[in-house]
Amino acid sequence: MAAPFDTPVLGDVDERRIPALKVGAMAESKPYVATAAHQEPLGFPGVLEDGWEKKAIGRMGELLGKYRSLQVFMDICVKCGACTDKCQYFLGTGDPKNMPVARADLFRSVYRRYFTTAGKLTPGLVGARDMTKEVLDEWFNYFHQCSQCRRCSVFCPSGIDTAEISMAARDIMDTIGQGQKYCNEIIGKVHKVGNNLGLPAPALLNTLEGLEEDILDETGVPVKLPIDVHGAEVLLVTPSADFFAEPHVLGLIGYAKVFHAAGVSWTLSTLASEAGNFGMFIGNYEQMRKISMRIRDAALALGVKRIIFGECGHAWRVAYSFLNTLAGPWDFLDPRYPVPQHILEFTNDLITRKGIKLDKSGNDGMVLTVHDSCNVARGARMGDRPGGQFTIPRDVIRASVPKLIDMHPDTICEKTFCCGGGGGVLTDELLDLRLKGALPRMEAIKEVADRDQVNFVAMICAICKAQFTKVLPYYGFKMSMAGGVHQLVSTAIVLGNEQ
Amino acid sequence: MTTFFAILFTVATLTLVIGLGLKIAQYARTPAPLKIPTTPAPLTKPGVAFRLAREAVVFESLFKANKPLWIFAALFHFGLAVVLVRHVRYFQTEVGPLVALVQPLALPAGLAMLIGLLLLLGRRLVLERIRYITGRSDILMLVLLLGIAVTGMFMTKHVHTDVVAVKAFFTGLLGFEIRSLPGDPLLVVHLLLVAILMIVFPFSKLLHAPGLFFSPTRNQTDTPREHRHLCDWAAKLEDKRS
Repeated sequence: MAAPFDTPVLGDVDERRIPALKVGAMAESKPYVATAAHQEPLGFPGVLEDGWEKKAIGRMGELLGKYRSLQVFMDICVKCGACTDKCQYFLGTGDPKNMPVARADLFRSVYRRYFTTAGKLTPGLVGARDMTKEVLDEWFNYFHQCSQCRRCSVFCPSGIDTAEISMAARDIMDTIGQGQKYCNEIIGKVHKVGNNLGLPAPALLNTLEGLEEDILDETGVPVKLPIDVHGAEVLLVTPSADFFAEPHVLGLIGYAKVFHAAGVSWTLSTLASEAGNFGMFIGNYEQMRKISMRIRDAALALGVKRIIFGECGHAWRVAYSFLNTLAGPWDFLDPRYPVPQHILEFTNDLITRKGIKLDKSGNDGMVLTVHDSCNVARGARMGDRPGGQFTIPRDVIRASVPKLIDMHPDTICEKTFCCGGGGGVLTDELLDLRLKGALPRMEAIKEVADRDQVNFVAMICAICKAQFTKVLPYYGFKMSMAGGVHQLVSTAIVLGNEQ
Repeated sequence: MTTFFAILFTVATLTLVIGLGLKIAQYARTPAPLKIPTTPAPLTKPGVAFRLAREAVVFESLFKANKPLWIFAALFHFGLAVVLVRHVRYFQTEVGPLVALVQPLALPAGLAMLIGLLLLLGRRLVLERIRYITGRSDILMLVLLLGIAVTGMFMTKHVHTDVVAVKAFFTGLLGFEIRSLPGDPLLVVHLLLVAILMIVFPFSKLLHAPGLFFSPTRNQTDTPREHRHLCDWAAKLEDKRS
């Protein structure tokens, strides 16, 4: 596997090595620009048209008036630099424009020019810039080197979240006709086919039947994977990757086994066969809302009482933090349960109540560590206490595997690194960026692999799983070392008395 | 001279108050359509108040980020806070208890502020990453604050000015009465710089002071499942649909 670029050398986590600046190192890194065929179905102009500069500034003004986060974050940065060594893309590439403050300044410089007194009067003094094609291209390249993981927002003394700024930048670029192919093509598929991967309903049904047979062969237990079952108790919404490839599909089998063992009726939906919501990546409220409404429609159509989400990071952020806003109120569901629930909340609750039995010997020989998926860690919660998003997955893991070792404290929980593939950069043309962005995480894995013989990394996100299986081999790890938490539950769960 | 400063401080105060008022009104008026607290986040309003207090008083996030920078920032901000409180005596006919309390701290506080500023400036010039993100206005802001601190310290320690007259000038100004101001060069420079600082405040990064409290990542409760959060413009989208 010859890469057209160098895989970075892994360093010592404890040293917290900060790279020397390599100005322009990633200036050429950019995803494909969306064509009219990807843009127009979402209501965006197909190409950049004359007068786009004015339109961009107009849209910027609109967003400033609609989002307090954007307006406040534009004004309050003091350039203290607390964030400068926190982004995995800076740590991996050394490109100074990947320091959160510098990335935000690409946007802020334009804001200053058109929306502030200081920028109108003395642009040179405060670093204000006109909106030009050069600036736009720089936006396109560097706002697609941000995975919206919010790590910078943990450390900013004013709480500035670069994710909000890169979402706004992407929204503006879509609005003027320079969108990103990867995200917009996928959103088009959700609207047209129902999920990100574009798996049509017959293919889905076929896959589920095949999985049922596999489980029966392996365990002798007729575990079902129901879809479009009217009147089921639970609607499960999971990323479409779970229907498609390993290790994702092993997690789906895990969910099915848990529902089976607990005796809870459940169903998937062809209408909402996707948990992910790429509307967030492009910062577009209307798209995010439209994608979310599918879940409401599916829940109403199937007459379910609860909605549970499968393992998916950004999906869980949109589900946990935004779904009530976007597609609520959920007054037609069973009020005894939070809406939506995470599958880990469901499984953990069953474990605590002894509703299911787990046998760790199913995972004998496994020494495991947890990669806290960024959008779950910093953009959402599980359970009824702050930080439940860290303890609940670990509790489920401890119940399923013999040994759990945490990575360096600067790289887990709220300080976790993004896998390097989140927020709309999980596309092949950005592999160089993804590989370099994975560096801090790989360093932390290497430390526990060398010291504690850790041989498996658990994560709760479809993007993390796809990204890890891709980049692990470049760093000398086995591809099969990454997988979901329910993959572990699946091999540990005791399936009743059928056998 | 006296008239010039009387006008200048009236203008500066108006700019500061109105400018800041408009900015705060803008922040308060702009909706936050989505729940975006950086989690783990407090679940209750008192919890949020406590989180904001920790950010404002002990710079919690900065402490997580960078210990040396936290020390530099703390030296400057705590020093400034004490110095500001102490300056209240120029606006009170009777010195209040808080002002009296910080009186003995005045000199160490001024020194802390000065050292903090020098360290912050040095950091901007020495560290490659920080030099990269530093603009001309960032340097000028530090120089302005340094100028204020140095002239102020000099007047306290070496070249004393007639503080009673200064007090008379400012208390007079508060009652729209012009009383003469001493013409010492240090005082003139000190007051000029302070007036500039007041005027640029609402147009500069000094907005981080009020802005922090409006930062949605810090000031929201983590309760999206329990309470439906819906802003006006988002609610209008729903009307369109049904």
